[in-house]
Amino acid sequence: MDFIQANLPYILAGISVGGQYALIAIGYTMVYGILRLINFAHGDVFMAAGLIMVYASTVLPLYLAIPLVIIVTVLIGFTIERVAYKPLRNAPRMSIMISAIGVSYLIQNLALYITGGLSKQYPSIPWISDSVTIFGATTKMVTVITPVLTMVLIVALVLLIKHTKIGMAMRAVSRDFETSQLMGVKINSVISATFIIGSFLAAVGSLLYFSNYTGVTPTAGSMPGLKAFVAAVFGGIGSIPGAVIGAFIIGICENIIKGLGWTTFSDAFTFALLIIILMTKPTGLFGEKATDKV
Amino acid sequence: MSNNVLRIEDLTMQFGGVVAVNNLSMDVNKGEIVALIGPNGAGKTTAFNCITGVYEPTNGQVSLNGEVILSNHPQGKMKKQYQGENPDKYSRSIVKRPDQITKLGIARTFQNIRLFSTMTVLENVLVAKHMRANHNVFSATFRLSHKEEQRMRKEALELLEIQGLAHLKDEIASNLPYGIQRRLEIARALATDPQLLLLDEPAAGMNPQETQELTDFIHQIRRDFDLTILMIEHHMDLVMKISDRIYVIDFGKLIAHGTPAEVSTNQRVIDAYLGVSDDA
Amino acid sequence: MTKLNDKKNSIIALALVAGMFVLLLVLEAVVPHTSIVFTVLKKGAIYSLVAVSMNLLNGFTGLFSLGQAGFMLIGAYTYAIFTIPVADRLSVYQYYDGGLIQFALPSIIALLLAGIMAAIFAFLIGLPVLRLKSDYLAIATLGFAEIIRAIFQWDKLGVITNGSNVLRKYTCYNSTLFYFAVAGICIAIIVLLINSSYGRAFKAIRDNEIAAEAMGISLFKHKQMAFVISSFFAGIGGALLAMFQYTIQASQFKTALTYELLLIVVIGGIGSITGSCLGSFLFIACSEWWLRFLDVEGAIPLLRPGFRKVVFSIIIMVIVLFYSQGIMGTREFSVSGMINFFKTGGPIGWIKRKRAAKSKKAEVTVNE
Repeated sequence: MDFIQANLPYILAGISVGGQYALIAIGYTMVYGILRLINFAHGDVFMAAGLIMVYASTVLPLYLAIPLVIIVTVLIGFTIERVAYKPLRNAPRMSIMISAIGVSYLIQNLALYITGGLSKQYPSIPWISDSVTIFGATTKMVTVITPVLTMVLIVALVLLIKHTKIGMAMRAVSRDFETSQLMGVKINSVISATFIIGSFLAAVGSLLYFSNYTGVTPTAGSMPGLKAFVAAVFGGIGSIPGAVIGAFIIGICENIIKGLGWTTFSDAFTFALLIIILMTKPTGLFGEKATDKV
Repeated sequence: MSNNVLRIEDLTMQFGGVVAVNNLSMDVNKGEIVALIGPNGAGKTTAFNCITGVYEPTNGQVSLNGEVILSNHPQGKMKKQYQGENPDKYSRSIVKRPDQITKLGIARTFQNIRLFSTMTVLENVLVAKHMRANHNVFSATFRLSHKEEQRMRKEALELLEIQGLAHLKDEIASNLPYGIQRRLEIARALATDPQLLLLDEPAAGMNPQETQELTDFIHQIRRDFDLTILMIEHHMDLVMKISDRIYVIDFGKLIAHGTPAEVSTNQRVIDAYLGVSDDA
Repeated sequence: MTKLNDKKNSIIALALVAGMFVLLLVLEAVVPHTSIVFTVLKKGAIYSLVAVSMNLLNGFTGLFSLGQAGFMLIGAYTYAIFTIPVADRLSVYQYYDGGLIQFALPSIIALLLAGIMAAIFAFLIGLPVLRLKSDYLAIATLGFAEIIRAIFQWDKLGVITNGSNVLRKYTCYNSTLFYFAVAGICIAIIVLLINSSYGRAFKAIRDNEIAAEAMGISLFKHKQMAFVISSFFAGIGGALLAMFQYTIQASQFKTALTYELLLIVVIGGIGSITGSCLGSFLFIACSEWWLRFLDVEGAIPLLRPGFRKVVFSIIIMVIVLFYSQGIMGTREFSVSGMINFFKTGGPIGWIKRKRAAKSKKAEVTVNE
């Protein structure tokens, strides 16, 4: 009990960060499920959403700025797919990954140029930036909202995938790209939809994530991005519930490690976890086994 | 049986709930050409993949020249799921990687050609010579073993000469016509100095004339390289003409074996191939 | 006949290399030492070595590894830690009472040790990681590079690594010739390796793993070999970078460095050694020199710090998307190729042939 009492702020922070990672992780896991691509640029799209919020909030009231952030982020995600990934559909897998790294490099440099390399103050959003006290631990409202909102969005997403036509198409494409193409599934619209959903969730994630931090820097997206990817691998890449559970576990562990005073290793822990999973159970918690055909 | 080269006993390969190869036993003797035939999906290539170490067999044993090279029995989760026979017969678990099997003297070709596509014809053969060459990374890099390299080149060229591919030695493998690619694949397999050669559908996609040439070619390499050959083939003309003995499997199980004449009159074989008895 | 030509060509090649060194000597004598030219040349040589070492893995063995920055870090730190003079240790390790190590090695031994340390780490990391397939391998090596960085920044190891503080006062060389000589020798060794029987085995693994294994090539052994050798040279490259910069800090070796190197390899052509070298010099020259004007704030509106990198990233994306072969593809620059090039009309002939090939291609598509 003492342990929990002492670590409650960290556990709460962990759940919150975990929810934010989950929102990013879904973008990775869905794209990987369909294109077998680690979308290295996804973390940067997440950062871009943060920056757009910074700039939008200076000229617009929040009730306009927030929808704008979401729309622009979705557009960015959609455009990246169309410009940088679509032309390489039949290219070797390495090329499309390199293209993803190139996009990531481009977005970071653009951000560097626009911000001048300075950390930009993130606007405080009323209510979700307010302080609350739970079980004697003081924290921001966002800590409480995040897990709830995350769960709501994920349930909605799962329903979408289970019960709509586009959801069915997504499942078909992730199972067998070529066959579903032959069956008349419009591959390109399915892929676009995947990127749109991924970017939308990343935008929501960024609103929550950056509310917890003071500012946005051009490289602010790469670490959360990589961690969310690890979460997706941990849960079994391609599996949405897996990604969510993985994200919460990583978020909580990381914050407990910080609580123990090992901050230097909070990032390294994530990667150590990744490597352990890849060694012992490369398919993750809920992933399916794929065999090579000879 | 001193002249036995390959012996397969109770070989079973089960993927989840699917038994792809079921209790297959067969013998291949020195100097023989043996064919493994069966309808599509009968488990022929899976059997090859087990013998060459690509898959780890669920149960059974494989020996080369009387020495056990692979042996396995159902373990772990498979213990409960196992649907094959003789689960307790083999207590040892000997598993080898494909490269170790090749080193023991079993070479193979692939159903879907797998050449080193960006490399030249000569380089493709030289890669196969790498395994048995007497060098290490240091001596090879600093050209201390250049005599060895010269020997490899000479032997590779001789091999290409025999195959009639010498004039193509500097061509990029993927630019070659299909038939030549198949021959190069055989030449490359021969370069590993095998005793036993496994051919997976060598005549696939060939016209009658090319098939005839292939028949002569297989006879020729058996003679010249003192080989034993086990092949999977669908071209019945070729199989009947070339094989000393034939094994027939269906749904992973051995349904018949014997000389070409015996097999072609076997009722079970005819049933398995029902309606496609001619050129299946 | 061909043998004679080969001999002639190698003599020309040797002469070209000698000529390059003489040119460097002259440059060093004539141009002031602070000139940007030397910065570009030195950094270009260092990046060439690391890019070539990365190409050995990604281009020639087909292993998509993103751990290069981590191995450079190990090399840089090993070199720096072992060459700080004993007298200066107290001032460098000011928070750690002068640190644990109280001796200094001659720089050439420390340089070799830098490579060896990186190779040892690579060996250990390779044991688990190299069993993974393409993109998982990429992310796992990336992860290890980050872990290495975290370990080197850990203050508990500060008595050795100086924690997150800079290392300085170690032995440095200012001569451009030195960087060219070391990088040149290392690259020459890599070229020899690639053209040996082992190089063929690496390429076989890249082209078709299953067939390579069926040819008796132990996948793990050869992948491990490529990984260790590549990391050895990345370590040497890291040490050279440390010398070039005079100070070194772990925070510099982030994933972004690996990405830059990967993009250099792509620009030059995946699977081309000369391409990687060319790519490195172009990349460094553009980012340190030719495109500097884009960062100057002033008369032209968009120009201000950071614009250069944006232009740069766009160029890279264009190359990735439209010229996926890079500058060289998988071809190599060679003397005989050069002679051929000029015999067939030099650059003008080349353009003519390109055009002819293009119109021919267009014809084919029309016919279809």
